[in-house]
Amino acid sequence: MNKVHSDARSALAGILKDGMTIMSGGFGLCGIPESLILAIRDSGVTNLTVISNNAGVDGVGLGVLLETKQIRKMISSYVGENKLFAQQFLSGELQLEFNPQGTLAERIRAGGAGIPAFFTKTGVGTIIAEGKEVREFNGENYVMETGLVADVSLVHAWKADTEGNLVYRKTARNFNPMMATAGKVTVAEVEHIFNAGEIDPDHIHTPGIFVKRIVHAPTGPKHIEQRTTRKRTSAAAATGGEV
Amino acid sequence: MAWTRDQMAARAARELKDGFYVNLGIGIPTLVSNFIPEGMKVILQSENGMLGMGPFPYEGDEDADLINAGKQTITELPTTSYFSSADSFAMIRGGHIDLSILGAMQVAENGDLANWMIPGKMVKGMGGAMDLVAGVKKVVVVMDHIAKAKDGSIEKKLLHRCNLPLTGSHVVDMVITDLGVFAIDKHGKGGMRLIELAEGVGLDEIAARTEAAYTVAPDLAG
Repeated sequence: MNKVHSDARSALAGILKDGMTIMSGGFGLCGIPESLILAIRDSGVTNLTVISNNAGVDGVGLGVLLETKQIRKMISSYVGENKLFAQQFLSGELQLEFNPQGTLAERIRAGGAGIPAFFTKTGVGTIIAEGKEVREFNGENYVMETGLVADVSLVHAWKADTEGNLVYRKTARNFNPMMATAGKVTVAEVEHIFNAGEIDPDHIHTPGIFVKRIVHAPTGPKHIEQRTTRKRTSAAAATGGEV
Repeated sequence: MAWTRDQMAARAARELKDGFYVNLGIGIPTLVSNFIPEGMKVILQSENGMLGMGPFPYEGDEDADLINAGKQTITELPTTSYFSSADSFAMIRGGHIDLSILGAMQVAENGDLANWMIPGKMVKGMGGAMDLVAGVKKVVVVMDHIAKAKDGSIEKKLLHRCNLPLTGSHVVDMVITDLGVFAIDKHGKGGMRLIELAEGVGLDEIAARTEAAYTVAPDLAG
């Protein structure tokens, strides 16, 4: 079976339907499946529940699906960078479920690993625990959180081979590996595609069993939300060395 | 004279120990990295998936794939490793991070912390804050002692009980403000204790600006 598709639209063909749940990788705009998000927009599929740590920014990433009002509900940990999000939320058009970031990551990991629920101390004694089972283990309280799965997971990787084995780059890894495991169909957009055997098996982050479809998406210039730099002259002085 | 932001960060840096793995929040906590003592090895964790966070890149060297939890461009070091968000929070929730330094809206005398949500205002989300305060071995809050509103009124931030929604319950070990330092016995019955004063700040000023009940360390009670 050939996993490699020629473009993002064909990589999503036949798996999109209104009302579905989609996971979308990335942290901020780092490691987001940008070309697949644009293909979702162009498909016109609507009433989506989207699980993603953030909601993009205005006009970029998931921000484009907010503009077209294709998203009904977001499950996220932080959405502060998006004005349109605030407007749609306050007007009641958009539902929102906040999860602590680590709980969100673990819910996705658990969902992909066939674990329906787990206990964590994150959020005990806060509104996050309201209505959830709290149980004591070894004298400490933990709240039960459930695993998450999606109809389709969209991930961004640096390298793939034709088997669907994935390698991520630097902090663009973030939520992508767990989301790859938690989609009924996982679609990966990748910057470079290699033949099977060309990536050292010891260097693979996501084994190809989790990835059904791959599309080569050489990115244009990637987005930077907060461009922070230092002057070449003040090198180490500004940071005290081991920082 | 109250402490400046840099002085508060420098005081927080005194909680660092050689070999510590540390997570720094946004704002004044980020400044703490400027005060790591010479020769001390401290490894900074960024919860988006990196240990061994380096300084900002030189102009022109920015890499969109290399950012910190505040979405700022940063650099790697010879000590750096990258990992997934699940592994990152395994470090945090699993108690493998030694110290978390973060900001706050309110702290209560029992160690309760509120720093993510004001009801009625647009909520941006808690990000990783709830996981950090629940899982990291020692939690240090750095914040202004009181909040000043635009109309000049003040609101106390060190309280008997937080009235904003909590980020964590019984989680704060230490509070560093512009006026002084408090230690909190978050699991025991020791309560909150004033252990240091900023230069020129008196016990009266602390008392007037603090709602929380606290004891005063003997060397300050003079």
